[in-house]
Amino acid sequence: MEYLISFIYFLVSFGILAGIYGVFTLGLNVHWGYTGLFNIGVAGFFALGAYTAALLTTTPPSPDQFEDFIFGGNLGNTLRLGIDLWFIVALAGAAAVSGIVALVVGGITLRLRDDYLAISTLGIAESVRLMFLNEKWLGNGSRGLYKIPKFLGDRVSPDQYDLLYFAVVIIVLAALYFAIQRAIDSPWGRVLRAIREDEEATAAAGKNVFRFKLQAFILGAAVMGIGGALYAHGFRYVDPFVFDPLFATFIIWVMLMVGGSGNNLGALLGAFIVWGIWSSTQFLPQEINNPNLRFFLIGFLLVLVILLRPNGILGERRRVSEG
Amino acid sequence: MHSAAMRARTAAHSELGWSVALVVLCCFLFLAAPGKMVNGLLLGCMIALGAIGITLIYSILRFAHIAHGDYMTLGAYVTLFLLTVALPALGIEGAGFGPFTFGYPLLIALPITILVCCAIAIALDYSVYERLRERGSGLVTLSMVSLGIAIAVRGAIQMLWGTEPLQLPRETRPFYHIDFELALPTGGALPFEMRIPPDNIFLGLTTVVLVGALYLFLNRTRIGKAMRATSDNIDLARVTGINTTRIIHWTWAIAAAYAAIAGTLIAVSQAQMLPNSGWNTLIPLFAAVTLGGIGKPWGALVGGLLVGVSTEVSTEWLSPAYKPAVAFGIMLLVLLVRPRGLFGDRDS
Repeated sequence: MEYLISFIYFLVSFGILAGIYGVFTLGLNVHWGYTGLFNIGVAGFFALGAYTAALLTTTPPSPDQFEDFIFGGNLGNTLRLGIDLWFIVALAGAAAVSGIVALVVGGITLRLRDDYLAISTLGIAESVRLMFLNEKWLGNGSRGLYKIPKFLGDRVSPDQYDLLYFAVVIIVLAALYFAIQRAIDSPWGRVLRAIREDEEATAAAGKNVFRFKLQAFILGAAVMGIGGALYAHGFRYVDPFVFDPLFATFIIWVMLMVGGSGNNLGALLGAFIVWGIWSSTQFLPQEINNPNLRFFLIGFLLVLVILLRPNGILGERRRVSEG
Repeated sequence: MHSAAMRARTAAHSELGWSVALVVLCCFLFLAAPGKMVNGLLLGCMIALGAIGITLIYSILRFAHIAHGDYMTLGAYVTLFLLTVALPALGIEGAGFGPFTFGYPLLIALPITILVCCAIAIALDYSVYERLRERGSGLVTLSMVSLGIAIAVRGAIQMLWGTEPLQLPRETRPFYHIDFELALPTGGALPFEMRIPPDNIFLGLTTVVLVGALYLFLNRTRIGKAMRATSDNIDLARVTGINTTRIIHWTWAIAAAYAAIAGTLIAVSQAQMLPNSGWNTLIPLFAAVTLGGIGKPWGALVGGLLVGVSTEVSTEWLSPAYKPAVAFGIMLLVLLVRPRGLFGDRDS
């Protein structure tokens, strides 16, 4: 019985992170899977979302706790909504900040050739990380932000918080899934897929390619921002080292490509499968449980999937309009 | 014909204009912070050697080679292996050669490193990129595969050498000191004080030689001319009888060779190497490529020097931690005001 309970706790904490990764793969799927935008800086939007949510909601620090750090929106108390609606405001704020950054950078680069976007997203990720690492007044430097408030505050006992938060993650994930699916099935989503397949033909059909690409870039970035906010309130601690490219960008790419880009269910499946494999390797014997080997395998798997199974496990659903 | 000549002339005019502006800017920066300016030029040389490879791959294979930074790191670690394991086994070792911190074994190791890295790059092209080209995959897919290769290369380096910073064999050597005062026409004097490590002179000269060699290669040799033809129009090159597969392998070889040299020289000048140092130079590398104009080796040199100097001089006002962000800012600025770069063609 005790084993069962600890196993359930393991599953729940696994599910929280896998679900958050699912949010990122959904966002990346909007970028790559549906529009063909090559974003190698997921970590940047992840960090923006996580820090925005954390800064909006933590209580302002007292001077004896922090030397330089001055921020703390204390959203839960300032809003005074009784129920924990501040949580939704925090998610929305995270989405907005990520979206605004995407608007600025996408506005500059999306008119130009495709590769510029990739390098620019890498630049965003690096600049954001450097900003939170070096601007101590903003992000408390390398020590990061902690005591990020819990959803529902102290009304839930600490040992049940994981269980509750798992439900929260699944609800947010489901809401995002249906919203994105609806957008993709709409005429708007059809234009995105047309751009991915043939940009010039889409432009010739009278669509403003730049506008659609920019909208898709902002949407995907906002979804990633929400993922970051979910992370912040789930783990209640962020520092600049969380947003390491391996865990915050590379692994998300592998998840999307394994699951099947161009298919939202595939994106979610990929997140759970890859994170499942990754977490279960910690039970392997010490000799073969080498983090550097896993690092290598992430890259190797990405190459292998593109070479051997470019559609991933689920792949894109055939549509009448494309049959 | 006529319009092409006209265009060439206006292009030459605008290049001249830019060059003059850059020289003026550099003089100003030199007066503002001479020591940082010199360091920046050196950093710029290293960036340029990497950026040349990226720009060549761009012009022949037409995709953004994300793994280039990791090829540089690979070069540094292969040199490390040669200098600490392979060559000492043959009785070749030592550091501190004349005024330099490195020993003569480095000069033996470098050609071997170049061969190893070329072989790896061509093998990866044969086993990965060629399949995708035959399948007609999009260019962004090629970029994404290079992301996978970047991760795998770094993972392999970490498996073999760990994640701790490592050092090539070196011995401390005194810096050259240059102190003088520049008399101003208004009276008074500007004091100059520079400390230049002797290594930097070697690194700078190596860059000049390598860039010159590439220029001669592209303009004087059959393969070089065939490479330029392929970069203009690969289909046309193929029907005129150029073996484009061979050209692609040459491209990888040159890009990997220059990356290996750049990686090793960076390890020499910074006195340490880390598995992620190559990945972290990607932003300056692409900033240099963008600034110089995609597909222009000459532009990559100028772009590299400019990015090196401006990131280094920016530390006068900004925390040195922001160097990559400064490079990113330069790139965004270029994309905003002159997306084809300083020397780029109008239509790219």
